[in-house]
Amino acid sequence: MSDEFSVSCPAPHTDSERVLLAHGGGGRLMHALLENLILPAFRNPLLEQRHDGAVFDVPGRIAFTTDSYVVKPIFFPGGDIGNLAVHGTINDLAMCGARPVSLSAAFILEEGFPMDDLRRITESMRAAAQDVPIVTGDTKVVDRGKGDGIYITTAGVGVVEHTFTIGPASVRPGDAVLVSGDLGRHGIAVLAQREGFSFETTIESDTASLWDAVSELLRAQVTIHCLRDLTRGGLASALNEIAGTAGVSIALNEALVPVSDDVRGACEILGLDPLYVANEGRFVCFVPADEAGRAITALRSTDVAHGVVLAGRVVEGPKGRVTVKSPIGATRILDMLSGEQLPRIC
Amino acid sequence: MKYLDEYRDADAARKLAKQIANISTQPWTIMEVCGGQTHAIVRFGIDQLLPPNITLVHGPGCPVCVTPVEIIDQAIEIAGRSSVIFTSFGDMLRVPGTVEDLLSVKARGGDVRMVYSPMDALAMARANPDREVVFFAVGFETTAPANAMAVAEARRQQITNFSILVSHVLVPPAMEAILSSPRCRVQGFLAAGHVCTIMGSSEYAPLVQKYHVPIVITGFEPLDILDGIRRCIEQLEDGRAEVENAYARAVFLEGNRPAQALIADVFRVVHRRWRGIGEIPQSGLALSEKYAEFDAELRFGVAGRTVEESSECLSGLVLQGLKKPQECPAFGTRCTPDRPLGATMVSAEGACAAYYRYRHFSEPNYVG
Repeated sequence: MSDEFSVSCPAPHTDSERVLLAHGGGGRLMHALLENLILPAFRNPLLEQRHDGAVFDVPGRIAFTTDSYVVKPIFFPGGDIGNLAVHGTINDLAMCGARPVSLSAAFILEEGFPMDDLRRITESMRAAAQDVPIVTGDTKVVDRGKGDGIYITTAGVGVVEHTFTIGPASVRPGDAVLVSGDLGRHGIAVLAQREGFSFETTIESDTASLWDAVSELLRAQVTIHCLRDLTRGGLASALNEIAGTAGVSIALNEALVPVSDDVRGACEILGLDPLYVANEGRFVCFVPADEAGRAITALRSTDVAHGVVLAGRVVEGPKGRVTVKSPIGATRILDMLSGEQLPRIC
Repeated sequence: MKYLDEYRDADAARKLAKQIANISTQPWTIMEVCGGQTHAIVRFGIDQLLPPNITLVHGPGCPVCVTPVEIIDQAIEIAGRSSVIFTSFGDMLRVPGTVEDLLSVKARGGDVRMVYSPMDALAMARANPDREVVFFAVGFETTAPANAMAVAEARRQQITNFSILVSHVLVPPAMEAILSSPRCRVQGFLAAGHVCTIMGSSEYAPLVQKYHVPIVITGFEPLDILDGIRRCIEQLEDGRAEVENAYARAVFLEGNRPAQALIADVFRVVHRRWRGIGEIPQSGLALSEKYAEFDAELRFGVAGRTVEESSECLSGLVLQGLKKPQECPAFGTRCTPDRPLGATMVSAEGACAAYYRYRHFSEPNYVG
C-alpha cells in the first residue's frame, strides 16, 4: 500500500479545510496531517525516521532552550506565529553564543482552525528554519473555544564553540552597551494589526534570526560579556534584568538609541515608550570598551545588525540601577515596568 | 521627526532654562495642572534644568488619579456581570478599587476589554446586540467630546445596549479649589494645553482676576513647558497676572465650539468627588436628563456608595501641590506601582508613579 493511497482512502475527511479533533487523535487523520502538511514542510532525514525522538551527535558543550508562542494576531505585517517561533528559539540559543543545531516544534491547534492558515504557518516556519532543521515535534488538537487558534512551542539545541562565559555575571563596569538596531517595530506591528490601527506606512515586525550577527562577533574574536534579545519588555527590561543580576549600574543615552520615525510616531500617539516595546530581531551586546569598535564593525557587516549603535555604558553604582540621559540632557531612571505598558488616557 | 524634535531640542532647552534663571530674582512656586505635563517634566528631566529657586508642584490633572474609589468599585461591580462587555481606556484597568482592579475582574472571567476610543465600544455594542456594552467615561474636558459623541451616536443609531459610566471632571473648578485653600502655595499655573484646545482660554479670566495669579496655557513637549515656565515667571516678576497662551499652535480663545456644544448637550455640570481631595462643587460632568437612559450607573443600579480612602496615603496633598511624592513616608516602601496605596502611584501620569519610575536613585554618569 502506498503512502498516497493510505492517506486518501477511505477517509473523506482528509480534504477537510479545517482542523478537526480527529487530527490530534492519533488515527488516520492525524497521520494524514503529518504526511501531507507537517513532514513536507520540515522534511529532513531525522524527522523522516518518524521515531519518538531524534537521535543525533552533538560535539562538546551544548545550549538547550524552549519557548512558547501565543501571539495574537497570528499573522501580522512582517511575520507570523510560525517564523516567530523559529526565530525566537534560534535567538535564545544565539544569545548563549551557541550555534543552533536542531529544533523541535509542538503545535496546539484549536478545533476548526483553517487548514490553509496552518499550511501558511508551516511554510513560514520552513523558510525560517532553513539552516536549522526541525527534527522532532508534536501535534495536539483542543476543543473549539479552548484555544486561540494555534499555539506553538519550540525547543532548540545549540553547540557552544567558544570559551566565553556569556551572561550577566561577566558584565563589568566600563563595558560598552551595543544595541543592534532600531527598536519597537515588532510590538507596534502586532499592536496595530490587533487593534486595527493604520499609520501612514505599514510598520513591519523585525522578526529575524540573530545567529548571523552573533556568529560574526565570534568570528571577529570579540570578547562577548553578555547578549540578550530585546523581546517582551524591550530594551528597558533587558537592561534592568542584566544590571540587577550583574550587580552593576547601566547608563543609557536615549538620543543614541535608534527608533524609526514611524514607530516613534505610533508611540507618541498611543502614549507608549519605545524603550519598553517588544522586538523579535534585536539584541543588546555587552563587550569591553576597547573592543566596541571591532564589535560594531563585525555587526555592521550583517543584515540583521547593520544598524548597531553604542548606546550606553556599564558604570559603577547601585546594583540594578539603569539611568537614561534624556534628549534635552537631563537624567532619569529607566525602571522595570510593573505590568504591561498600557496606553494613557490623555 | 518633524513637529517633535523641534520641541525637544537640547540647545533651545538650555537657552530657555538660562533665560528663566536670568529673569527670576526670588523663589517661585508654579503648578503644572496636567498629569501629561508632570509626566513630560519628569521623563525629560525638565525640572533639573531649572534654577533652585523655581519649584514645580504637580497638579490634580490626572484623570486616572482623581477618579474616586467608589466609581472604580461601581465599574468592577458592573464588569463582573455576565451580560456585560466592560470597555475602558488602558490605564484605568489597573487602578485599585476597594478590593481589586478591573484586570482582576477579567482574570475571574469578566469580559473586560481595552479600547482606544469610545466609538470602538459603540461599534462593539452594535456587533453584540445580545450583550450590554459599557464604556468607562473618564477624563477631563479633553475626552468629554468623544464620549459625548459616542452617546449622541448611540441615540441616533438607536443602539440601546450601550451605556457609559461617567467620571468626568473639569479643570477650572479644581484650580479654584486649590487657590481658595488657605494652605495654597501655588503662585502661578501652567494650564493644560489640550483642555484649552477644547474649551478655549476664556474660562481662566475669572480665576486670574479673583486670585491675581498668572495662568499660562502650556503644551506638553519640553520646550513648550520651559516656555510656559518662562512666561509665568516673567508675569510673577513683573507683578502681572494674566491668561497667556503659550500653546498658540493648538489653542484659540474660543476653543472648539462644536465640541463644547456637544458636551453641553450630552452632559450637565454636577458636584464631583475627587480621589484624595474630596468633593469640589460644580467640578464634574454627568449625563444630562435627555441622555439619562445611557447612564450605566442608573441602568445597573450601582449609585450611592462612598468608600473611605487609605489614611496613610498623602495623594490628596500631592494633588494639591502641598507635598512632593517623596515626602510621603510610604513612598517607595509600603507604596509602589506594584502595590499602590493611592491612585497617584497607579497611573503613569500620577506624580508619585512618575517620581518612582524616574527618580528613585540619585545622579549617574553617562555616555555620549
